[in-house]
Amino acid sequence: MSGSPQGQSGPAWEAAAAVPDPEVPCVSVAELGILRWVQMEGETAVAGVTPTYSGCPATLAIELAIETALRDAGFDARIERLLAPAWTTDWITPEGREKLRAYGIAPPVNGGKASLFGAVDVACPRCGSDHTERLSEFGSTACKAQYRCKACLEPFDYFKCI
Amino acid sequence: MAVWEALVELADDHLVLGHRVSEWCGHAPMLEEDLAMPNMALDVIGTARTLYTRAGELEGKGRDEDAIAYLRNEREYRNCLLVERPNEDFAHTMLRQLYFAAFMKAFWDAALSSADDVVRGVAGKAGKEMAYHIRHAGEWVIRLGDGTEQSARRMRDAVEALSIYVDELFDSSDAAQAAEAAGVLPKRSEMRAAFDKVIGDVFSEALLELPAVPYGQRGGRSGQHGEGLGHMLAEMQSLHRAHPGAAW
Ligand SMILES: [Zn+2]
Repeated sequence: MSGSPQGQSGPAWEAAAAVPDPEVPCVSVAELGILRWVQMEGETAVAGVTPTYSGCPATLAIELAIETALRDAGFDARIERLLAPAWTTDWITPEGREKLRAYGIAPPVNGGKASLFGAVDVACPRCGSDHTERLSEFGSTACKAQYRCKACLEPFDYFKCI
Repeated sequence: MAVWEALVELADDHLVLGHRVSEWCGHAPMLEEDLAMPNMALDVIGTARTLYTRAGELEGKGRDEDAIAYLRNEREYRNCLLVERPNEDFAHTMLRQLYFAAFMKAFWDAALSSADDVVRGVAGKAGKEMAYHIRHAGEWVIRLGDGTEQSARRMRDAVEALSIYVDELFDSSDAAQAAEAAGVLPKRSEMRAAFDKVIGDVFSEALLELPAVPYGQRGGRSGQHGEGLGHMLAEMQSLHRAHPGAAW
């Protein structure tokens, strides 16, 4: 069953979980919460994968990379795309969030709702200051917004909360 | 009329709007917007793809997303008229986006309890994405409406030009009614209060007035479109029609 913890261990899981996200290679697909589970159906490793954003161009690349990693590990492989429940940034693991921050991307503010004109305090990933401003709601990829730190003056990406 | 046809209507709204928004790519007035426009386009095109795929499955005749999107002509498109309106200037583009997102945000929130798994999955994501579109487009409408003499005039012109297309958003075609009866899609007429609240809040900050619209323009759901849609589809479909099955 989807999301069951027993789908998150074993050699097939380990192989798939290590695949880096193509656009944010500092974190793995497991840390981002995109890879939901891997289960064996006979000789075939079936990986349950949930896309991030509706139009994320990386979705196919991610699925292909996971399938390739499973085949490299000696399994027949198949991807099952899981649309419901929808992926949310709440699924990013604590390790994933820390890696994003170390990479220079502010992780999503937990529990933040994207309400109309609702402001969230985004901490600068470099100096930690909350004294930041949003430059653009949309950044280099669909999942990021552009911010600037007013304390250390660094521009940075913010992983948007959805 | 069948449920899958209602999903095609919904997908057409998203694909046509996505194509229109993508036309700004490389032409936006500043770099941030040149990034924002394709990102917003990607959101709605991604939603369209999932809906077309689901519609094809429910229809059961083996049509995939490409067959439905690329191999229908203008009269077979079922999008509402608002989304096909030309970009004109930034005022028109942002108001069109605000109107659409204000409706769709309420629609997807209501669709979270859809009887269809795929629609529920789309709703979980698209509702949140629409919140970003409302914020982004809303900020532009305010900035332009409460801006310079020229920007305010252009914003008022956009309101004048686009408001006649709003009422059609709340109509349910025969196909939509079938989907509503099946519990797959929410009733479009029930989005009015949420829509009015968003638009009212933005317009009051933007110093804009909601015009009275005695007769809303309709016709998209029965395939009666403005002249521009045919040109848009010609551009969008030419590659696939010239090279059927082309892949990157
Ligand atoms: Zn800083």
